[in-house]
Amino acid sequence: MANDTSPAADGAAPKTNGAAYPVTDHTFDVVVVGAGGAGLRATVGCSQAGLRTACVTKVFPTRSHTVAAQGGISAALGNMGEDDWRWHMYDTVKGSDWLGDQDAIEYLCRHAPAAVYELEHWGVPFSRTEAGKIYQRPFGGMTTRFGEGTAQRTCAAADRTGHAILHTLYGAALKNDTNFFIEYFAIDLIMDEEGRCRGIVALDMTTGTIHRFRAQMVILATGGYGRAYFSATSAHTCTGDGNAMVLRAGLPLQDMEFVQFHPTGIYGAGCLITEGARGEGGYLTNSEGERFMERYAPSAKDLASRDVVSRAMTMEIRGGRGVGKEGDHIHLHLDHLDPKILHERLPGISESAKIFAGVDVTKEPIPVLPTVHYNMGGIPTNFYGEVLTKKNGDPDSVVPGLMAIGEAACVSVHGANRLGSNSLIDLVVFGRAAGLRCAEIVKPGESQAPLPAGSADKALARLDRFRNANGTTPTADLRLQMQKTMQNNCAVFRTGDVLNEGKTLIHEVWGGIADVSTKDRSLIFNTDLIETLEFDNLITQAVVTMESAANRTESRGAHAREDFPDRDDKEWMKHTLAWCDEGAGQVSIDYRPVHTYTLSNEIEYIAPKARVY
Amino acid sequence: MAEFKLPKNSRYRDGKVWPKPVDGKRLQEFRIYRWNPDDAENPRIDTYWVDREDCGPMVLDALIWIKNKVDPTLTFRRSCREGICGSCAMNIQGQNTIACTRGIDECGSGAVKIYPLPHMPVLKDLVPDLTQFFAQHASVEPWLQTQTPAPEHEWRQTPEDRVELDGLYECILCACCTTACPSYWWNGDRFLGPAALLHAYRWLADSRDEMTGERLDKLEDPFKLYRCHTIMNCANACPKGLNPAKAIAEVKKMMVTRHV
Repeated sequence: MANDTSPAADGAAPKTNGAAYPVTDHTFDVVVVGAGGAGLRATVGCSQAGLRTACVTKVFPTRSHTVAAQGGISAALGNMGEDDWRWHMYDTVKGSDWLGDQDAIEYLCRHAPAAVYELEHWGVPFSRTEAGKIYQRPFGGMTTRFGEGTAQRTCAAADRTGHAILHTLYGAALKNDTNFFIEYFAIDLIMDEEGRCRGIVALDMTTGTIHRFRAQMVILATGGYGRAYFSATSAHTCTGDGNAMVLRAGLPLQDMEFVQFHPTGIYGAGCLITEGARGEGGYLTNSEGERFMERYAPSAKDLASRDVVSRAMTMEIRGGRGVGKEGDHIHLHLDHLDPKILHERLPGISESAKIFAGVDVTKEPIPVLPTVHYNMGGIPTNFYGEVLTKKNGDPDSVVPGLMAIGEAACVSVHGANRLGSNSLIDLVVFGRAAGLRCAEIVKPGESQAPLPAGSADKALARLDRFRNANGTTPTADLRLQMQKTMQNNCAVFRTGDVLNEGKTLIHEVWGGIADVSTKDRSLIFNTDLIETLEFDNLITQAVVTMESAANRTESRGAHAREDFPDRDDKEWMKHTLAWCDEGAGQVSIDYRPVHTYTLSNEIEYIAPKARVY
Repeated sequence: MAEFKLPKNSRYRDGKVWPKPVDGKRLQEFRIYRWNPDDAENPRIDTYWVDREDCGPMVLDALIWIKNKVDPTLTFRRSCREGICGSCAMNIQGQNTIACTRGIDECGSGAVKIYPLPHMPVLKDLVPDLTQFFAQHASVEPWLQTQTPAPEHEWRQTPEDRVELDGLYECILCACCTTACPSYWWNGDRFLGPAALLHAYRWLADSRDEMTGERLDKLEDPFKLYRCHTIMNCANACPKGLNPAKAIAEVKKMMVTRHV
């Protein structure tokens, strides 16, 4: 592991509470924060471009949440029938409910096949067709000929595609001699007076030492913040740390009101059952045994997009047609499928259903419930991965020295609702794009100005405050209050009243952090401290999410307002930008226009129309 | 007769007995290994009670319940909580496994005893230092290696060739197998251990890989491969139902047949 140390740029180590935190300094061309699919792909790209690259990650790379992706990665390869990237683009635009930026969506869909072939060349063990090509399955919202037929576009390694891809990307990073900093928790960005990002401050959890990374470019690949909710398919570590660092740096997050509920989380446990289960022929039933999706989406049925299916399930449960003792969930049937197919294509979820629901999928239905799964919102970027803000009236003003990719970013290719299997392709296409952009604009080994004086002070003060937090409310209590509030007041269906109540409640939770209590005073593997820093990260994102949701008075994609049931393109075809002033405890909101143009003349702008599946 | 004892600073003592939850309806006792790197004390075994009416079904649920409600200093790794990330590997009731898929009901009667993965340096409580384990995994060069120029599209692989990777590629690098292996306990510095060797075979078995000879050359060593004595603890421990011992046997077979 490389340890490129240089003397502290601003002299002595900062002192907080009278105790010094010694700081180790590092200088790299590029620092990538996060080692999931996007972070690893960007790291490999930057290394291959001859840039000295560090990858800083709070968990060992193969523990990142990309590992849990199941169903597949979309790309118009055409291995299982005709396909075209333009059809993929149409589906993605429609799935986004026209909130996606079409230049970025074109970039994604055009480059998807090359990105998948690259993964295959690096070793991903994709399932195969009889001809030996990559196997592709149907997925929700994926069609041929601009909505006419069902596309088989989702490339799969059984139902462990994310695992197969993440382990392969980790191998690729090893092959390229990546400088990993593993179990380093990034605390904050270092920004200079001109608004340029200059690096990050991180805590090495295994030794309890502070590290300051200076870099020409920082790439945030820190994932989503699903753990702001009570029931999420997301891992415990999905706390959106990069998003929160961006808010603290005085920059906005975009479209945070769009939170995807996956239709099929296991009832109770919340573990994911892939949409691929329906892609392979599974279907949902209510307490009357009815395949109710036929009523809500006559054409796509169980393979409508996720927001549509989750809403339909919620309507059934509310209509008194839920299953189980409490009538509060839905059944997913796979028991009609050939056990051989289940064994070959869905072995992972067969195992999960057994462990977490006690169900033998060959004989019984799986109890499922819409569960928080993905954040369409995040750090606004262009399709190069460069972070954007609105400055002096320019809605596409680039923040120098800072990029964001993966679920942390809002490019925006998913708009108001992401299609299944478009997430893994987002990771590798924009991870690759970020690497290419760095190769273009970062000069290997260029000398870097000293960091601003006291560049680690704010980060250390924050660390020290929580490490010695002497209040009366344990972090776990505050976290639970936040998660329950988000679950109750910012869910599948929303109304002005519920959201306004949610605003009051979530601000109360936020205020509660003044009284937070931690018990572990150590610096080495202090998970009490880490969970508190993560809660502090989550709560600002929760506040911003609630406020953005209360502010958007229309229904679009995953944001369904009962008091405003229709999409309002005239007023609301625009991205929400939300800034958060921690000191004042306030959120301010502004907007960016949606990019209503494409990248090339090989496809025309896809104009909005009614979204029917 | 030889007497085997832990080194003096590793012998554990009885630790704190934490109060039973007030109004607890269905109590389960947990006895958990604690060690804090900040003091010079020996490891200790703390006793906790969990109210199972208020707690999820898995051992990981119980650990999180304790951390949230009783003792925030209890330290362990966790992430996906669905058996795919490999973070929460530990020794539960004498067996290495991942805590998120091990039901509390499966732990039998009496106290549930939880220790870190055996025979690894401990960073804190249930968190082992896996640096060497990961270095050994990296040493088998876990990426596809070819000499033929790459095709424009995918490398072709028949479904039959692809099946050869089943039971291998699913490894989650939790280290349950490697740290359950007595041979690894003795020669962990030179024997690669079951997980790294399973990965070595995963690439040897891949019909797309063209460096079989070179890969075998690198394993042809009295320690790296041949310290496997088919004890089978690895297969017994794997929470994903994989069989590293069989993969190792396949590598040994390839070594023999290439000399014939």
